[in-house]
Amino acid sequence: MKTLFLAMFIAYGLGAFAALVGGRKSFGRWLVALGAVLGAGAGLALGATVIATGIPFTLFFPELLPLGGGLALRLDALGAFFLVVIGVGAIPAALYGAGYTAAYKDGRASLPLLGAMFNLFLLTMSLVTLADNVLTFLLMWEGMSLTSYFLVMTEAGEERTRNAGLWYIGMTHAGLGMLLAAFLLLAGGAGSGAFADLRASAASLTSGARDAVFVLAFLGFGSKAGIVPLHVWLPRAHPAAPSHVSALMSGVMIKMGIYGFLRVALDLMGGGPAWWGGLVLGVGVASALLGVLYALMEHDLKRLLAYHSVENVGIILIGIGTGLMFHRYGLMPLAALGFIGALYHVLNHATFKGLLFLGAGSVLHATHTRNMEEMGGLIKRMPWTALFFLIGAAAISALPPLNGFVSEWLIFQSLLGGVSIPVPEVVVLMPVAVGLLALTSGLAAACFVKAFGITFLALPRSPEAAHAHESPFSMRLGMALLALACVGLGVAPFAVVPVLGTILAGLGGLPDTRAEFTMNVFLQTPSAFGQMSPTLMALGLLLLLGLVPSVLWLLRLNRQRRLSDSWGCGRVGQTARMEYTATAFAEPLKRVFAEIYRPMKELTVDFHPESKYFVQSIEYRSEITPWFDQALYRPFLQSATFVAQQVRRLQAGSLHLYLLYIAIVLILLLIVARWL
Amino acid sequence: MKYVLEVAQTVFALALAPLVVGFVRWLKARLQNRRGAPPWQPYFELVKLFGKEMVVSKEASWLFRCAPYIVFVSTLAVTFLVPFLFAPLPFDGVGDLLAVVYLLLLGTFFLALVGLDPGTAFGGMGSSREMTVAAIAEPTIALAIFSLALGAGSTNLGRIVTQTLGNPAAAISPGHVLAFAALFIVALAETGRLPVDNPATHLELTMIHEAMILEYSGRYLALIEWSASLKFMIFLSLLANLFVPWGVATDFTPVALAVAVIALLLKLVLLGFFIAVLETRVAKLRLFRVPELLGVSFVLALLAVTSSFLLR
Amino acid sequence: MLLSKIIRTGLVTEPLNSDSTRFIEVVRGTGTEIRRHLGRALAIREVDAGSCNGCEIEISGLTGPVHDSERFGIHFVASPRHADMLLVTGPVTRNMEVPLLKTYEATPAPKLVVAVGDCAKHCGVFKGSYAVVGSVADVIPVDVFVTGCPPEPAEILQGILTAVGRLPQKQ
Repeated sequence: MKTLFLAMFIAYGLGAFAALVGGRKSFGRWLVALGAVLGAGAGLALGATVIATGIPFTLFFPELLPLGGGLALRLDALGAFFLVVIGVGAIPAALYGAGYTAAYKDGRASLPLLGAMFNLFLLTMSLVTLADNVLTFLLMWEGMSLTSYFLVMTEAGEERTRNAGLWYIGMTHAGLGMLLAAFLLLAGGAGSGAFADLRASAASLTSGARDAVFVLAFLGFGSKAGIVPLHVWLPRAHPAAPSHVSALMSGVMIKMGIYGFLRVALDLMGGGPAWWGGLVLGVGVASALLGVLYALMEHDLKRLLAYHSVENVGIILIGIGTGLMFHRYGLMPLAALGFIGALYHVLNHATFKGLLFLGAGSVLHATHTRNMEEMGGLIKRMPWTALFFLIGAAAISALPPLNGFVSEWLIFQSLLGGVSIPVPEVVVLMPVAVGLLALTSGLAAACFVKAFGITFLALPRSPEAAHAHESPFSMRLGMALLALACVGLGVAPFAVVPVLGTILAGLGGLPDTRAEFTMNVFLQTPSAFGQMSPTLMALGLLLLLGLVPSVLWLLRLNRQRRLSDSWGCGRVGQTARMEYTATAFAEPLKRVFAEIYRPMKELTVDFHPESKYFVQSIEYRSEITPWFDQALYRPFLQSATFVAQQVRRLQAGSLHLYLLYIAIVLILLLIVARWL
Repeated sequence: MKYVLEVAQTVFALALAPLVVGFVRWLKARLQNRRGAPPWQPYFELVKLFGKEMVVSKEASWLFRCAPYIVFVSTLAVTFLVPFLFAPLPFDGVGDLLAVVYLLLLGTFFLALVGLDPGTAFGGMGSSREMTVAAIAEPTIALAIFSLALGAGSTNLGRIVTQTLGNPAAAISPGHVLAFAALFIVALAETGRLPVDNPATHLELTMIHEAMILEYSGRYLALIEWSASLKFMIFLSLLANLFVPWGVATDFTPVALAVAVIALLLKLVLLGFFIAVLETRVAKLRLFRVPELLGVSFVLALLAVTSSFLLR
Repeated sequence: MLLSKIIRTGLVTEPLNSDSTRFIEVVRGTGTEIRRHLGRALAIREVDAGSCNGCEIEISGLTGPVHDSERFGIHFVASPRHADMLLVTGPVTRNMEVPLLKTYEATPAPKLVVAVGDCAKHCGVFKGSYAVVGSVADVIPVDVFVTGCPPEPAEILQGILTAVGRLPQKQ
């Protein structure tokens, strides 16, 4: 295992070095990708070894950072799982990036910086999962945030990107502040920063301190994960970054927030009162619903996907919240089920969201636009990208037999098990959560019909879309790997669920459930509440899909096919102006949820100067009210700016004034020191 | 042996589905004081459609040609999981009620995609409306499942049927009745019946399901029409056999199976009669009133779950 | 209240009597192929190629309770892709010539065309007008003409059934 760790470290390091040295040339980009692939592969192997053998991997450097207790690295099963997630997300993204970054040769972005930061980003993220004391963790966390900031700012020439970078760095540091506070409170009782000590002393903290740690950790890790209302950086930063980076940020980096939260809440603190689970569940439901509602109204393909990440984080938190609640009431098998569903969704989301972002990147690469309203007909020009995007879209809509269905089923089953909770007031809230989760799922399906349909189907809506070309081989390879993962994870859950059960064993007192939820190829929940087998379903569907056309062929029915125009009520010719637009597709849902959206409509009609009966031009503007920006962030930013402006008056620029400040403060300090 | 019977049950359901739709149509004709086509008319229509050529739009892609098979196969796969005649089914463990819902959503997803494919405005409109109705109907279905699962202790269909058979008093509990009402409204919405969608309309602007399939002809149209009638039969059978399961065979003796067939036919006739009368009595709702109707069904389902739980 | 009225009214469908077939002109005979395929289930797409709507009103009576075309397995559809037969009315105006052709093209084979009304046969009162192209047979191949201005619903029904081969063909 130590060799694997060293291999990972060296591979990433060499990748970064190769970027700085020869990043602009073609083989330089491939070396960067190779470094990332090897590093991620080594990390994946390391994580898999730890999970398979059950022996954690430790590495301790007390001489480095002596003040914080040294650089302590320890990979246990939970960290190993997230390391595997990083590997699963990073290998295809790196391969994809080799081809994608060729577009930056024109000097729009600095390729050496991009390649170096990419490898360092993956390295620091991997080290986050390995960290075993507070200082190491926070150091690697900050490293991850900073490297991803540079990655987001790759195309710094655009105003939108700079704005996104600013939001991102501000919010990630706000989160860091909360994490610092949480860890300080937690470490206050232990006296040292090592996670082992924190775990041992967590029980002796006062309940007020534990609650405070929980809330701060939830907000801090949650802002990285993208919970509502701390999600506002997601739709800005993820679209701004290059597509393979977006895939990593959305698919993998967000999960580091989940990892940190699980580490603190479940592992270090060993669970808590029921309102913890309730808070997580409530925030999860809100994030899921609001995420998908805002995604529906987007026609920027990458912003749509970013909002869907908010939604999926909400679903993961629903799983974690139910798990925490069951944990509090001692219903351990059900708690394990909730956490297993959440962890499965973590892995699934990494695969299908990564796939979707890579697909969006291919489309952006080919058409140079992210606006869905300018795309169309790409299924004929980019058949492979369309196929992979379709698999990703079907997976995220939780359609059987792909992977999204399995994790949603597990989470639904854990919510249904909520009736076993002995407190009636809590149980009554479970159906609401079930209903809203189902609504989220349905709306996600609607949103992806729109996203795939408008982007790929029908006629091209702009000359760029009409001349789109298929992506190069490396990009298609990256997407194909993730598509295979989506199908594999959906068809073979009986192999994954026991592994997740082993991972959770021991955390916070959870039992080992490796054999509890599977039976041959079936998945089942405790007390046989529900049973199903996606494997057999997939086999059955494939069988029928082969059987039906064969039977029809054997019956020698009419097989004649004739190409003709689309039926348009006899009109002459068909243009792209006649097909449905993304805005039109989502309009019924906008009307249905108008209370949440509060859409504003503006219609300007210009008549011909000579006659009021002829219209020269019509301009239609429709905007939805961005609630969180308006109600929460704008007042906060305005007051912060106001305070900053007042404080600015102190800095009048005059040297004499500054010397006066120094003198006053010195005298005050002397008085205070004399007093004490 | 059981597996052979299961396959036979599926073939039976597949064969019976057009008759159910034809029966409702015949009843509606009689309620309109006219003779109407005989109840087995849909069979003639299917045979005719399989014999016609397929006209495919130049703008459509491979998805257009594959989707009818995907829709048909996903609906057919659901028939293996629904207890039409006997419970528990040999394939009961393969999928529970949640799996059934998502398999049907698979069909809806691809049908909606294909509505957008030829690039016509009506197709897009149909897709948009269909996905809106499907999304808003989801919470009700989930809660109805929850309520049934509470009563039966499982989400697997076979188990729900056997539990209710063993506990007759549960069938008239308020939870059950409310869940039936909620699921009935959702069944109307999902299968495109009045008051949500008029299956016999010719006005494109009032269509939801029909609008997505305006471009299909020949064998493709036959497959899609058959899937639609199969979906209708699945929903009616679920309403019948999950809530009023008497008649469903629990063993595989010929007598029990014969009783099951008669019981199913009886229940389908009753439900079909009720739907025909409802469709004659009620007018189609405006599209933006449909969420209100589905909201009512959601509240009914929520009440069903709460009362199921409180009266356990 | 509605239900009691339905029950009181009873069935009002009139049986179709096949003696008034003098308004039907068969252009092309119906093969056994078509009779076999379309005899029991026929989907009709009605195309108004510029008529005065007189024929349309008679056709709309076909789906009513008195004439009830549905008892013969006939139903009207919205899209020509779903149709087996085009029911064309009106003299073909200049603007409707291309749409009529496109409708015919959009209909899958095997297909039939029944032209209803004097205008469809020989432009009726609009003959020679600058806005009119000609009879329906000048634009698309017609199988049966049903003459009259406008023909009665029963005659239209007989024309449809003759085209499909369900009624014996005269002349």
